[in-house]
Amino acid sequence: MVCWDPRIEEMPSEDLQRMQYKLLKTLVYRLYSFSPFYHDRMKEQNVHPDDIRQLSDVKKLPFMFKRDLRDNYPDKIFAAPKEELVRYHVSSGTTGKPTVVGYTQNDLNTWTTSLARALTSSGLGRGDVIQVSYGYGLFTGGLGLHYGAERIGATVLPTSVGNTERQIELMQDLGATAIACTPSYLLHIGEVAEKMGVNIKKDTELRTGILGAEPWTEGMRVRIENWLGIKAYDIYGTSELSGPMFTECTEQKGFHIWSDIALVEIIDPKTEEPLEAGEKGELTITILQKEALPMIRYRIGDITCMQTDTCACGRTHPRIQRIQGRVDDMLIIRGINVFPSQIEYGLMAIPEVGQHFQIVVDRKGALDDLLVRVELTRDSFSDKINDIMQVRKNVEHRLRSSLNVNVNVELVEPGSLPRFEGKSKKVIDKRSL
Amino acid sequence: MDAKKYVIRQISIFSENRPGRLAAIAHALGEEKINILAFSIAEANGFGVVRALVDHPEKAHDKLQSLGFNIAFTEVIAVKMKDQPGGLYEVAKILGDAGINIEYSYAYSGKDGAVLILRVDQIEDAIIRILDSGATLLERSVFH
Repeated sequence: MVCWDPRIEEMPSEDLQRMQYKLLKTLVYRLYSFSPFYHDRMKEQNVHPDDIRQLSDVKKLPFMFKRDLRDNYPDKIFAAPKEELVRYHVSSGTTGKPTVVGYTQNDLNTWTTSLARALTSSGLGRGDVIQVSYGYGLFTGGLGLHYGAERIGATVLPTSVGNTERQIELMQDLGATAIACTPSYLLHIGEVAEKMGVNIKKDTELRTGILGAEPWTEGMRVRIENWLGIKAYDIYGTSELSGPMFTECTEQKGFHIWSDIALVEIIDPKTEEPLEAGEKGELTITILQKEALPMIRYRIGDITCMQTDTCACGRTHPRIQRIQGRVDDMLIIRGINVFPSQIEYGLMAIPEVGQHFQIVVDRKGALDDLLVRVELTRDSFSDKINDIMQVRKNVEHRLRSSLNVNVNVELVEPGSLPRFEGKSKKVIDKRSL
Repeated sequence: MDAKKYVIRQISIFSENRPGRLAAIAHALGEEKINILAFSIAEANGFGVVRALVDHPEKAHDKLQSLGFNIAFTEVIAVKMKDQPGGLYEVAKILGDAGINIEYSYAYSGKDGAVLILRVDQIEDAIIRILDSGATLLERSVFH
């Protein structure tokens, strides 16, 4: 195993926690003294920096939510002087009004360091050609991966999104060994390549995918890996934390969250009490080293669980599991919570249907109606109506039993559902229109 | 006897049940100068299967596949009927007496008489029994 910074990455847990405590204490003192926002928040919560006497005292601190960023648009929470800022990013606003994130030079360094460790843990380094097919610009994906990849000495191919045929030509001509993009866009690239007569498995050097910025499932990973002949690693982060920051190591068993950068808690979303390692709950993150836009106990709304044992790769930093769903993405169908990722999980187990799907929620009379549209794959079409009806029944049955809600399935022609270059939009909720 | 010469390649196309899908298929075939000799649509809830006998099945297959259609070849047979009252009965009786089960069927009537196209499960067995019963099967070369 190769580490970017073995001293930190393999540091014993107790030492890491001691380091986290010191960083937390410094952060809280600084914000209490210099940030009006955090000062007021701590006062309201009746907590003083002196109350933080051990790491677990983090739970005395107030939570922060996305709405705090929106309410303080654009930069009222910023804790660094304006002239210290070296960059802005603006979130895509998929779940509401956009939010603005500012960075000092140190913030950018921390972010890049986090990604340098992460990409190294995913097996990348000098000699790799990393095609960055995340959007460059206000979105954090493109520039974040760009600097992270450069830091580890890889060669960056900054293709951004779009112009897919050219992306595939460049992938071939310049021998890209890795690609960073959304899983939806990689599926699109794979299909366009097939149409061009390019077999990504045989005709390119591609062997690694760094995929994220939208939820995806283990089933999708298996499909992508088998289809394109690559190892597909999940990447995690949001613009509020800086951007994409953490990836899976080559063990593919969750993201390592660097303890000197972020303090992770998993809490029960109802009682707001911390949960034990391995228990499923809401991810809460405190970024220990952040100057412009500090984040204390930030509740992104992602549901996951945490593993604290040392990873088989040797890294001691805790891992969080693949995100099972963001609270914002959750659909409530006839009173039952449904995550789009659960639907993807069910579909990926059925070889007769393709990777693309669309969820349409509507109201029929007083009842919610859940329709899943999915493409019938080429190999599974045989001329017999009964066979097709059977495929549909299987899909309906499988989804119904895993979601506990009635699902109608519509089989559509391959290639007919929308393809996405950036974050995909798989849900159409007509109830809210 | 060479039963294979009576086996005809039908193309079957999966289609969503929405306006314009048949036009898209027909346009593609027209562009390639492929002639449709016989044709049917089977409809199920929300989707359909378009089945056709064409003069160049491979060309049709490649063209439609390149456009993204879900397309498959299916083997069928074609029985000649008299184009007059009782013509269908004559053939249907032969099939029934021979114990041949029809999965689906469609027909056309042209200048050389009427033709019943059949999809059966045991195709070679069916060919032998139909010929033994005295009915006439059209050879593949009539179509393509």
